[in-house]
Amino acid sequence: MSLFKAENLAINFGGVKAVDGVNFEINKGECFTIIGPNGAGKTTIFNLISRIYDSTEGTMTFDGQDITRLPPHAIASLGIARTFQNIELFEHATVLQNLLVGRHCHSKTGLFSELMFLPSVRKAEIAHREKVEEVIDFLDLQHYRESLIMNLPYGVRKVVELGRALCTEPRLILLDEPSSGLNVEETQDMSFWIDDIKKDLGITVLMVEHDMGLVSEVSDQVLVLNYGRMLAHGSPQEVQRNPEVIKAYLGE
Amino acid sequence: MRFLFKTDYNQDIRIAKHSGYYWSYGVLLLLVLAAPLLLDSYYIGQMTQLYIVAIAGLGLMLLAGYTGLVSLGHAAFFGIGAYTEAVLTGAGLQLPFMEEPLVFSFVVAMPLAAIFAGIAGVVIGIPVLRLTGIYLAIATFAFAIVIEEVMSRWESVTNGYTGLLVDSIYIGDIDFSSGEPFYFLCLGLLILVILFSINLLRSPTGRAMMAIRDSEISAQSMGVNLARVKTTAFGLSAGITGLAGALFAHKLGFLSPESFTVLQSLEFLVLVVVGGIGSIHGAIFGAMFVLALPQALAIAKDYVPPEIGEMPGIEPFIFGLILVLVIIFEPYGIYGRWLKVKHYFQMFPIYKKATFKRQKAYMKSERLK
Repeated sequence: MSLFKAENLAINFGGVKAVDGVNFEINKGECFTIIGPNGAGKTTIFNLISRIYDSTEGTMTFDGQDITRLPPHAIASLGIARTFQNIELFEHATVLQNLLVGRHCHSKTGLFSELMFLPSVRKAEIAHREKVEEVIDFLDLQHYRESLIMNLPYGVRKVVELGRALCTEPRLILLDEPSSGLNVEETQDMSFWIDDIKKDLGITVLMVEHDMGLVSEVSDQVLVLNYGRMLAHGSPQEVQRNPEVIKAYLGE
Repeated sequence: MRFLFKTDYNQDIRIAKHSGYYWSYGVLLLLVLAAPLLLDSYYIGQMTQLYIVAIAGLGLMLLAGYTGLVSLGHAAFFGIGAYTEAVLTGAGLQLPFMEEPLVFSFVVAMPLAAIFAGIAGVVIGIPVLRLTGIYLAIATFAFAIVIEEVMSRWESVTNGYTGLLVDSIYIGDIDFSSGEPFYFLCLGLLILVILFSINLLRSPTGRAMMAIRDSEISAQSMGVNLARVKTTAFGLSAGITGLAGALFAHKLGFLSPESFTVLQSLEFLVLVVVGGIGSIHGAIFGAMFVLALPQALAIAKDYVPPEIGEMPGIEPFIFGLILVLVIIFEPYGIYGRWLKVKHYFQMFPIYKKATFKRQKAYMKSERLK
């Protein structure tokens, strides 16, 4: 059953067609990977889905709902969360605060009750904290709760960002290069987590990734982009054997 | 050293993180409550002024320090609050269909002044929401100039440069606009504003504000409605500054547009930066700084050669110099220094000099703009 569907998706920046007529369908519970050389439009697709860019053409449907023109802040509460290629954490805040921001789309307290910190706010805060603690346990972040992001090493930040996305309780999670900048062990951990996210938490994963080891380990479908167009689509093995793909990466 | 053993999520929500807070802030509260008995009236006046400036500073701190929106126009909100208070408690509200102007008690007029300044904040906030950084600063700066002009030209209400006398305010026979009652009024409002700020910062809206400060794009992806949170921050900030303005009207007793110039806006900004950007303590420390410095300079004048002491423009020069030095050497201001000193004693004797050494941020995240 398809959870997310992009039809004829396109965006132009002036004369540059960053994404051009891309079609794909992500099934519930699978891991869908987009690969491609630099500048192929992978991250642009993510920015289209999280509605930071307006698509020039095409439609996107999430769980039967058209999200092509939704405001960006409405995406999270629908159940789509994302991470960023160049970590976008809140640097002057603690890990705990970062994860709690991930709960923002579920908070319903009004400004007045927050200023007074009424018991309802306290109750909601504790409920948020319980959710956050589940994520902390899942990702083994217990050590870092009180640390400021700016004092954390890159690898941990990467995990915190994943955690923040998980705190929104998404149904579809977009991971933009989850293994970039990570060493071999950390990449291995990441692949276990992606697997767990898929299997244990039942969250559908859409990711952009360059590490083919990780890609073939966790992906069900792979889409290859080049210059904004679809080059190939299929299982990781099929795609790796595709002569067009080899040409795009290695040249002739 | 103190080790906190956490057994309950409420411990992280509580304002007082451990029993030490009750002691230190309890003593501080006792001292400020007992101050009228201990100090003479001049110093009480100075402390009242300190509380007022601190309230205004807190207002700007919420905006500049926590939401990352720098405003160069907070004197405008300060002025709006002051004139609203003066008019509502003095001449009264006169609308075309009313036969007699409606004069309010300050108990009503002060919240109204704050609300009115807050509305002005929202109104200016909406169009300038798309601006960030220096552009936002310039837009608010322009707004402040417009408001200053309005204050001087709208003579039927503000009396222009002739000035507007502010009436005293009473509950029963007690005059709340001077001396000890006024001291306690300002102190009470300052504590209230501090509590509101703390509450805000430990709830979702406050966190959303900090999220916007650090990364708008990911705040948005987490479901933060940028327009709404920014407008809220602008409105709250302006409202709090307006409240400070309302108190300031009584402190001055006589309003003229000269009290709400661009220099006043700059002073608020200096307060926030020198006090320690992004901390509530910083607003209080900053208020102490901007009040104490002119006094200290006046005293120092007697001890330096007259060629230097009498030089025109020496005060703003020193003000600016301190600002530059603080930005270079102590970016978290007086509060940052305070934390270091505190840490030194907590860790004694194993404090390392490098604990707070600033690292170069090699990993600057790329922003989508």
